[in-house]
Amino acid sequence: MSKKENKNPDEVVQEKEYSILNLGPTHPATHGIFQNVLKMDGEIIVEAEPTVGYIHRAFEKLAERRPYAQITPLTDRLNYCSSPINNMGWYMTVEKLLGAKLPKRAEYMRVIIMELARIADHIVCNTVIGQDTGATTGFLYLFQWREKIYDIYENICGARLTTNIGRIGGFDRDWSPKTWQLINDFLEGFPKAFREFTALLERNKIFMDRTINCGPISAEMALSYSFTGPNLRAAGVDYDVRVATPYSSYEDFDFIIPTGKSGDTYDRFMVRQQEMWESLSIIQQAIKKMPKDQPTHADLPDFFLPPKEQVYNNMEALIYHFKIVMGEMDIPKGEVYSCVEGGNGELGFYLISDGGRTPFRLHFRRPCFIYYQAYPEMVKGIMLSDAIITMSSMNVIAGELDA
Amino acid sequence: MSQDTLNKISEKLNQHFGSDVLVAELLYDFPCFTINHTKIHEVLTFLKNDEELNFHFLTDLTGMQTADEKQLGVIYHLHNMMKNIRVRIRTFVDINKPDVPTATDLWPGANWMERETFDFYGVRFKGHPNLKRILNVDEMDIFPMRKEYPLEDQSRDDKSDKMFGR
Repeated sequence: MSKKENKNPDEVVQEKEYSILNLGPTHPATHGIFQNVLKMDGEIIVEAEPTVGYIHRAFEKLAERRPYAQITPLTDRLNYCSSPINNMGWYMTVEKLLGAKLPKRAEYMRVIIMELARIADHIVCNTVIGQDTGATTGFLYLFQWREKIYDIYENICGARLTTNIGRIGGFDRDWSPKTWQLINDFLEGFPKAFREFTALLERNKIFMDRTINCGPISAEMALSYSFTGPNLRAAGVDYDVRVATPYSSYEDFDFIIPTGKSGDTYDRFMVRQQEMWESLSIIQQAIKKMPKDQPTHADLPDFFLPPKEQVYNNMEALIYHFKIVMGEMDIPKGEVYSCVEGGNGELGFYLISDGGRTPFRLHFRRPCFIYYQAYPEMVKGIMLSDAIITMSSMNVIAGELDA
Repeated sequence: MSQDTLNKISEKLNQHFGSDVLVAELLYDFPCFTINHTKIHEVLTFLKNDEELNFHFLTDLTGMQTADEKQLGVIYHLHNMMKNIRVRIRTFVDINKPDVPTATDLWPGANWMERETFDFYGVRFKGHPNLKRILNVDEMDIFPMRKEYPLEDQSRDDKSDKMFGR
């Protein structure tokens, strides 16, 4: 007879057995390379432990050996769903260090391209929420329009995903009539498609039942976890960098900051939906107010390649051409922090320059990395399928998470 | 953010911490304070809980190494969203004894940012609940962002770049 049988049955403590589930590192539902080790009680999550760093590329270290213009391609690869915002954020950091003043035209052009990028970013996030709840149509339908935004990027700079768009100080050249045509086509065609997507999901009973009260976060908790962007606004805090510390002439435009109430998946979805309408309105205002006959870049000869015919015929232009390409420009000493409202929140650049050709220290404040740490707390006690849509509504982008 | 804001915060900090506020300066519209590392936690608590200053939001926490390679720095960016005032707090510790008290008790969001700083620079945050590497592999035995580890092997001669002086 074993010892167990001798025991009084009342004294036996029933130990619950949990199962461990590996969600990721490569799982189709995580939309990126990061792992969650979940401790499961049936279908309920008891504990989650995220592991990040699978695509860590040491950008902060790489940046310490690159001239300023060559750091832009690194920023492309942070939040690759909205690379232009990252590019512009980096340019503005350097411009702040240099004390450059941009003409209004360049700033408005930046606003247009940043708002297009925001729409592209939010399209990815919101259609993927639909996809994860079982509505594939919206995903395929709106992605056509994301492609049209990429056509606009392509017409401006030649690249689609990792854009490297513009230059420190503005744009390298004015946009072609074709680009303006594409932007106008987008502004005309997108609202119709977007309205259909809205009709498909926003008041859809199945979708609402699925997302309301799923993965909520309170405003206090969101603030203590340093949330920013749509996720913080969904919890009810109306903080938007574009309004709090306007950059690139955002103060000239009239727009509202949509906020939610409960910070659940539905609120995050709705905040992004509203933001896309606001972005469309900002683009229209920018086109309307766009000053004509102004240069598209600041007076910063150190960062603009001189025209080719001058490079071939003129000594000074040739010298400048080589200095710029080799990155041998004079940079003032200084320490700046500059931030923009990225697709996911406050994207900050903390730059220390010692006057050398490369930054002494460059730190990216990546909103994803900071708010993803609240994920274990948000999914505690909810079902696995809810945890998946909570993650997709938080819009965790692996590139930004790992830098 | 202007000189007035700097003066106001500076006055309050000096009143409470006196000589532990080593430097107060305005760097590109950003009030910036260097604090003695023994008092950093008290200063952060004060800035967060003081009713008038109310820096309730930790925007960013990161590390750095000074140019002489003898000290490590920890940089906090705090934000008062209601008044829209930001402040930068810096503290420096000796590289051989890089102990800084954790800020996770004030802001749970400091958790991963401190882990990242530990991962990159080896700053040991005392009292941190789970201080281990986050982006690099656990087996790594160096702190890669320190200046003693140059990005490329300097002894390589297949990538000689004498022409442009690098």
